Amino acid sequence: MSEKLFEPRIIGFLCNWCTYAAADTAGVSRMKQPANIDVIRVMCSGRVDPTFILKAFREGADGVLVAGCHPGDCHYTEGNYKTLRRMTLLHQILEQMGIDRRRFRLEWVSSSEAPKWVQLTQEFTDQVRALGPLNWSGTVLAGLPTAAEHVCAQEVAE
Amino acid sequence: MAKLIIDGQEFHAEEGQTVLEVARQNGIAIPTLCYHPVLEPFGACRLCMVEVIRRGWSQLVTSCTYPARDGIEVKTRSVLVLEARKAVLGLLLSRCPNVPEIQELAREYGVLEPPFPAKDPEEECILCGLCVRVCHEMVKADVLNFVGHGPDRRVGPAFLEKTRQCIGCGACTIVCPTGAIEMLLSREGIYFDEDYAVYEEKPLGPTSAIYVPSLQAVPRVPVIDTDACIRFRQDDRTEGEVNDACGACQILCEGGAVNFDQQDEVLELDVGSIIVATGFQMWDPHQLPQYAYGQSPNIITGLEFERLSNAGGVTGGQILLSDGRKPEKVAIIHCVGSRDKNAHEYCSRICCMYSLKQAHLVRDKTGAEVYEFYMDMRAFGKGYEEFYERVQEEGVVMVRGRGAEVEVLPDGKLRVKGEDADLGKLLAVDVDMVVLNTAIEAQADATQVAALFGLGRTQDGWFAEAHPKLRPVETNTDGIYLAGVCQGPRDVPDTVAHANAAASMALGLLNRGEVVVSPQVAYIPEELCSGCRICNALCPYSAITFDEERQVSQVNSALCKGCGTCVAACPSGIIVGRHFTDDQIMVQIEALLEPAR
Amino acid sequence: MSEKPKLKLALYWAASCGGCEIAVVEINEKLLDLDAVADILFWPVAVDAKYDDVRAMPDHHIDVCLFNGAIRTSEQEEIAHLLRCKSKVMVAFGSCACEGCIPGLANFYSRDGVFERAYLTTPTTDNPEKILPQTVTKVPEGEIDLPEFYNTVLTLDDVIPVEYYVPGCPPQPHQIWAVIEAIVTGNLPEPPAVVGAGNKTVCDVCRRTKGEKKVSKFYRPFEIEPDPDICLLEQGIVCMGPATRNGCAEDRALCVEVNMPCRGCYGPPPGVTDQGAKLVASLASVVDSNDPEEIERILSDILDPAGTFYRFSLSKSLLRRAKV
Repeated sequence: MSEKLFEPRIIGFLCNWCTYAAADTAGVSRMKQPANIDVIRVMCSGRVDPTFILKAFREGADGVLVAGCHPGDCHYTEGNYKTLRRMTLLHQILEQMGIDRRRFRLEWVSSSEAPKWVQLTQEFTDQVRALGPLNWSGTVLAGLPTAAEHVCAQEVAE
Repeated sequence: MAKLIIDGQEFHAEEGQTVLEVARQNGIAIPTLCYHPVLEPFGACRLCMVEVIRRGWSQLVTSCTYPARDGIEVKTRSVLVLEARKAVLGLLLSRCPNVPEIQELAREYGVLEPPFPAKDPEEECILCGLCVRVCHEMVKADVLNFVGHGPDRRVGPAFLEKTRQCIGCGACTIVCPTGAIEMLLSREGIYFDEDYAVYEEKPLGPTSAIYVPSLQAVPRVPVIDTDACIRFRQDDRTEGEVNDACGACQILCEGGAVNFDQQDEVLELDVGSIIVATGFQMWDPHQLPQYAYGQSPNIITGLEFERLSNAGGVTGGQILLSDGRKPEKVAIIHCVGSRDKNAHEYCSRICCMYSLKQAHLVRDKTGAEVYEFYMDMRAFGKGYEEFYERVQEEGVVMVRGRGAEVEVLPDGKLRVKGEDADLGKLLAVDVDMVVLNTAIEAQADATQVAALFGLGRTQDGWFAEAHPKLRPVETNTDGIYLAGVCQGPRDVPDTVAHANAAASMALGLLNRGEVVVSPQVAYIPEELCSGCRICNALCPYSAITFDEERQVSQVNSALCKGCGTCVAACPSGIIVGRHFTDDQIMVQIEALLEPAR
Repeated sequence: MSEKPKLKLALYWAASCGGCEIAVVEINEKLLDLDAVADILFWPVAVDAKYDDVRAMPDHHIDVCLFNGAIRTSEQEEIAHLLRCKSKVMVAFGSCACEGCIPGLANFYSRDGVFERAYLTTPTTDNPEKILPQTVTKVPEGEIDLPEFYNTVLTLDDVIPVEYYVPGCPPQPHQIWAVIEAIVTGNLPEPPAVVGAGNKTVCDVCRRTKGEKKVSKFYRPFEIEPDPDICLLEQGIVCMGPATRNGCAEDRALCVEVNMPCRGCYGPPPGVTDQGAKLVASLASVVDSNDPEEIERILSDILDPAGTFYRFSLSKSLLRRAKV
């Protein structure tokens, strides 16, 4: 058994104007933060299609974060409200699919809140680490056949 | 066309004209009491009698009824006529010895004392029938008529009982030559619309149904208040069946400018930019009952004070109490409905300065003692602080403490209670007039206007600017600008600056010819759209429209800001978010999660 | 007299309800036309051929196999492989074969969970000895075997390559005939392809008027009497039409026309990988509120969102099954 600490892989969808800017500032200011969150920049958290989140879990993410501007401050006025609505429903879907609620987070971080970003990355990484690896394809979908395995020299039984 | 001679001069008369009309048209004075140009002549007062010589015969006739026949000769001031007039006036004066209009006319003709004793010395009605005729012919309410016979003859409604048939138009009071009819605000007698309970600015004095809104109105032409106009009210009353009442304004207008049939026109204009300058409304002080607004006619709002003080207003600019006296003590209360958790939390910005102006005017016009109840004095502009100093020097008493309550005392005085925060004591001041300087707020229909133009609202209810510091006149929709208070409280100089900015931006947009837009926009391939319209309501920039004919949604790429909300929401997955496509993002997800090498 | 050789057709049902078979029969008098152009070599429900008959055929002997039903037992997988070898063209026929359909909903559970419910805990089951199906059972006469029951329901193309997909639960008869015609006249598109359906969503053909969508309450279909002329979603009824491929009728949305919301049986439209995710995206977006608590309340009226949105497509979704 490996002695190495399990390092969760987290995908973060960050909105360009608020959270991404905060994360940028945190980086430029050399604030210490864990490197587990891989960032995908979108212009607005409203761009985030629930499909992306499911795809991320499917491809191996242990946790997914969606972060945008505070409600009322969206650069595009209302995009984050749509995100809120979608993610509320998505949380239910994830629960029904057996994915621990705590693996998916919707947060609001404004461009001036670099420290909040750092704290969020630390907290979320710790939480996902405690939940352990999800490894969807390797566990839940393990051993499922694929059409590529079909061979036509299959002998007919009896 | 008839030819007749009046007082030795030849005149031409139109078909149907009376001698009186021809005389007046040509500047010949004939006194009348019971005549009105828009009503049928009645010949009741007999004052307009003239001598007519026709076919060699002379007779005294009432010129108001006598037709201007071809070939007659009229004498309006012959000895016979003057004697007749004197006699008539003597009779009139005997009936109404104390009516100033009769006294003056009688004096003119040398009648100084009534020749006969008066039945009722206070009688004012001369039974001229003008009120009856106006009520019957013009207003068509048919309320008034002559009642009784002989010496008991008088004017009144049926059975001399108050009736709701009277629509309270006041036409009878206007035509009455002696002022014998008075308008009484009696709820039973007046045609009253039960739905009228909406807060409306109280009128400070009467006006006619056709009026020029103010001396500064642009354009300065009269408008008809269709809720008060007799003709429109008849139309409503009869549900459009009959609408021939009054029309006096149309009859008298020489330019033929009055048109009752005007309908609202809906104009469709294609424009390049829109400036929303829909202003504000005054907050209704009924909402905080502790100010007792509505319980005394001497508790008025700031706007009512402005009207009172206006030279074109009901009092000619004098500051008077409702009973006509000058006030001796006036309280001006700031922040009524502003800076108040129970009303509006924001500061309305303009009131401190106009409160000072009002105090200054009251001092100047009446010399009354003025108490200003304020919380903070916001004198932020050019010359404002200096004006504040000046007003203080004029002796206005500044009380730093919110005017908290107004009590109407039994004698009609108003007790204003508050705290003097500087002295740390509660105080009460008894004044004659209280001016409540109320908050300004977004218009009642701001929600609809915002929806129409895709405007946001800030928490305080005003329209949302694109950026609170850097973009005060723009909105989130390109091409739609805000000007003035609709975006937030501001006074005249600031409004002018704001509006100038909006106008410049609007013009700038139109002059640009070409506009550079970001390529990061959403795009709906027409052949793939199923027309579900889920995206339509999601765009904060109103960039998505629906083509009814082709049943597809379309993105206006000039308006689209590229947020991608519609791209994510599209249930058929066909909206393309250029430069942030689904494929591009999916590939990033896959790449980032590839197992570590 | 040389006749054009008849098409050699096979039909099979795996994990399915039998509805696709009924749909084929519902082409009515066209069955005679079918008979004129095709020989049905294998169709367990209607024709007397056996598995061994198929095994005896040379490879690619069957021209077209219409395979309906999902794959959830070893028998179904085996026959899928068998028919693949013996057929030139394999068609995933019906929603079960295409994306899992109703059987696919078992992916919310494990095999153990399904067995426990079906054989032990259903109220009318009387199974005191708690007997569960086994793949091998010893009986006095010897051994009996049953196919293995898989934990996860698979789609047809999980086990074999598929040329064409005919979606629908079931595919509508007029579409079935259209597909047969296309096959007979050689008018099929380049595989792999979806045939017998449209390329847009149900909204495209739905005859209701569509306005701006703002929903402040969701209703179940029995809770209100919807206006027959207005979009159901606008009236708060969860309709999967926006994210469902059209084709169930040429000029209308079949279920919506009779005041029932679309259930999504034709599967996701061409642009969509995960039908349920897109329904989450679109339906949540039209909720008319920005307040977190109110949003939660409004959405709580959609009972069982995963089951509702993935009713037909769970097996083909991104996550494919729930973790239990």
